Amino acid sequence: MKKLFLALCVALGFAAAPAGAADYPTRPITLIVPFAAGGPTDIIARIAGEYMSQSLGQQIVVENIAGAGGTTGITRGSQAKNDGYTIMMGHMGTHGAAKALYPKLKYDPNKDFAPIGLVAGTPILVVARKTIKANTLKDFVALLKSRQDKMNEAHAGVGSVSFTTCSLFNGIVGVKPTRVTYRGTGPVINDMLAGKVDYACDQIVNLVPQVKAGNLKAFAIATPKRSPALPDLPTTTEAGMPEFQVSAWNALFAPKGTSKEIVTKLNQALDKALSTEGARKRILDLGGVIPEGGDRSPEYLGTFVASEVARWNKVLKK
Amino acid sequence: MMELVDNLGTGFSTALSLQNLGLCFLGVLIGTVIGVLPGVGPIATIAMLLPLTFKLDPTGALIMLAGIYYGAQYGGSTSAILVNIPGEATAVVTTLDGHQMARQGRAGIALGVAALGSFFAGSVATLVIAALAVPLTKLALLFGPADYFSLMVLGLAFAIVLARGPLLPAFCMIVVGLLLSTVGTDLETGEERLTFGMPNVVDGIDFAVLAMGIFGFAEILRNLENPEVRDVARTAIGRMLPTREDVRRCVKPVLRGTFVGGLLGILPGNGAVLGPFASYTLEKKLSKRPQEFGSGAIEGVAGPESANNAGAQTSFIPLLTLGIPPNAVMALMVGAMTIHGIIPGPQVMTKSPELFWGMIASMWIGNALLLIINMPLIPLWVRMLRVPYHLMFPAILIFCCIGIYSVNNSPNDVILTAFFGFFGYALYKFGFEPAPLLLGFVLGKLMEEKLRQAMVLSRGSFTTFIENPVSAGLLFLTVVVVIVAVLPSIRKSRDEVL
Repeated sequence: MKKLFLALCVALGFAAAPAGAADYPTRPITLIVPFAAGGPTDIIARIAGEYMSQSLGQQIVVENIAGAGGTTGITRGSQAKNDGYTIMMGHMGTHGAAKALYPKLKYDPNKDFAPIGLVAGTPILVVARKTIKANTLKDFVALLKSRQDKMNEAHAGVGSVSFTTCSLFNGIVGVKPTRVTYRGTGPVINDMLAGKVDYACDQIVNLVPQVKAGNLKAFAIATPKRSPALPDLPTTTEAGMPEFQVSAWNALFAPKGTSKEIVTKLNQALDKALSTEGARKRILDLGGVIPEGGDRSPEYLGTFVASEVARWNKVLKK
Repeated sequence: MMELVDNLGTGFSTALSLQNLGLCFLGVLIGTVIGVLPGVGPIATIAMLLPLTFKLDPTGALIMLAGIYYGAQYGGSTSAILVNIPGEATAVVTTLDGHQMARQGRAGIALGVAALGSFFAGSVATLVIAALAVPLTKLALLFGPADYFSLMVLGLAFAIVLARGPLLPAFCMIVVGLLLSTVGTDLETGEERLTFGMPNVVDGIDFAVLAMGIFGFAEILRNLENPEVRDVARTAIGRMLPTREDVRRCVKPVLRGTFVGGLLGILPGNGAVLGPFASYTLEKKLSKRPQEFGSGAIEGVAGPESANNAGAQTSFIPLLTLGIPPNAVMALMVGAMTIHGIIPGPQVMTKSPELFWGMIASMWIGNALLLIINMPLIPLWVRMLRVPYHLMFPAILIFCCIGIYSVNNSPNDVILTAFFGFFGYALYKFGFEPAPLLLGFVLGKLMEEKLRQAMVLSRGSFTTFIENPVSAGLLFLTVVVVIVAVLPSIRKSRDEVL
């Protein structure tokens, strides 16, 4: 019975697909952002959405459904109709770390989605209060190892980018510092400016102004290339920790079963948006990194998600 | 001093351009409307309007968004006074005496005092931001987790004073509020607590859901039970403008409210919420007629409303000087700035002085516009009390439902609000005050977070709360407040025994 029902659905899907896909989109597309408006993922989604709607000829409307580290919005999105009119912005947390963090997760990042393409990633920095007695990553690691029990690392809650990326960092260094939990990145930076906590890992967008003003010390950026937003900051490879490579990536997904034509159309619109000068400038100004060439394809995103799920599973289940 | 005048000159020349003036007006107008409509809050509105600001230049966009924020604080008192529904956590206190005044036919005066007090407080706070924003930033950095926790304890002590009746029920309500705040994901472990598997409370109960339920929905249930009560308001609308005696009684509360609210507003982590509660406590304690509080004392509207607006303005200080948003609305403003390519932080002031000073100047202009919009509207609002129940209640219910739905786009939230509506009605029936519950709820989350941070940082030593001078001072103040609050009632009960 169930099989028959599925077969019927597939048949109907095929029957409906050509007519729907040929002139898709004919009405506005909802883009679910699983975080509150104003955060880094939301901003990247809005920039991408704005430029994509220019080539699609239809508005892309951002709907913020925040909660449970982004999994609430993605759960809702994964259950939406797969007609291409509901898509979602997944990220490192929802499609990578979530599987290890939330045992009751209602979706499978590998199976329940039709990947559209990577949008942009924001690199991760290791930063510390300005009074800390270290100026390079090497000094800092030495200090961290020698004073492990005295050090306080701050993060923005279990499941946040700062939590997962610093779990990776601490694992590589081989320390278990005291981890202080905050609600959000703002309070973390506030208490680090005041010198109440020692260090944190976070997305470059949130940190550039404080690092530039000399209020926080940045040690390294976890990308292969230096960032134009902070050109003097060495990469982790240059600073002697090549294993620490991580960025908070964002990518577009459609619910599983969305027709190939629609995914291709959306991927082309995304590709075009990411090649537009205006969108590029705005993303680069934020310190973001834009994928190039083959890294923009749906297939690449599919394999990338699988590798991320495996990676975070190893880091977080330790 | 000259520099300040120069800077303000830059600011006003930016803010007074035709486009920016229009955007400021639009912002405060939208803000007033959503403030008045119960349930529709500034967070949802700003989030919805964010895409529209893409096409504007950043200064204009931010002037408009800021206008929505403090316009909503202004308008929020209107629904608190008229229909006993606080739109924002900061308007909870206004329901206590403001709505009582409305029931006595003094709604016009309550609204007038709220508007004038807010204008004064807003003007002073704007000047404070212009002159002292940078040095005041240090105050925000002075408060560590331990100090914050002690401040919240002091806040809870205020709640005891808030209560109209006996202390024990008020204390119980605070505890229930604190317990409700523990619903949701545990901060440290990420485990769900007290959620009973309901997905919409995984991140805790939303303030709007709780407040609309136990105030808004419950108020409607209450009124359905005894519809004759509101006839008072229907027949006697009374004066619109405050008398000289009213003004005389309000001067000092407004001054004190502005100071207290402005000071607490600077603190990161939404210290502004405490402002109105602190001001109310202060006024009740200093008043020669403390028995009038809770049954329509004008000081109980003037002080907290001033504190509310002063705090709304000064909470821009951490955003403008540090780039750190102290609450959810400010976080949206950070997003708006970032989308426009201005990354908020210490450099904004030097790198884009037009934006920085233009925004500050626009706040004063916005406050003046609010006064101009609101004063003539007062008679209209008061006349709205004449709208028959069978039209008004469905309208309020619909607006509440739309507002709650728009917070998280979640239908379950609306159902949860209905549940809290019945809960609030039951509280009323058993003679419990909902205001201390709401205060406990608002403070509970922050309190738990800060307590755990302080304990983790001190490696489990409680002495951290006494070793810290700021924290120790606040705890001492708490003891004083509690003694002052509890002593009379102990004495009274002894008198009764004898």
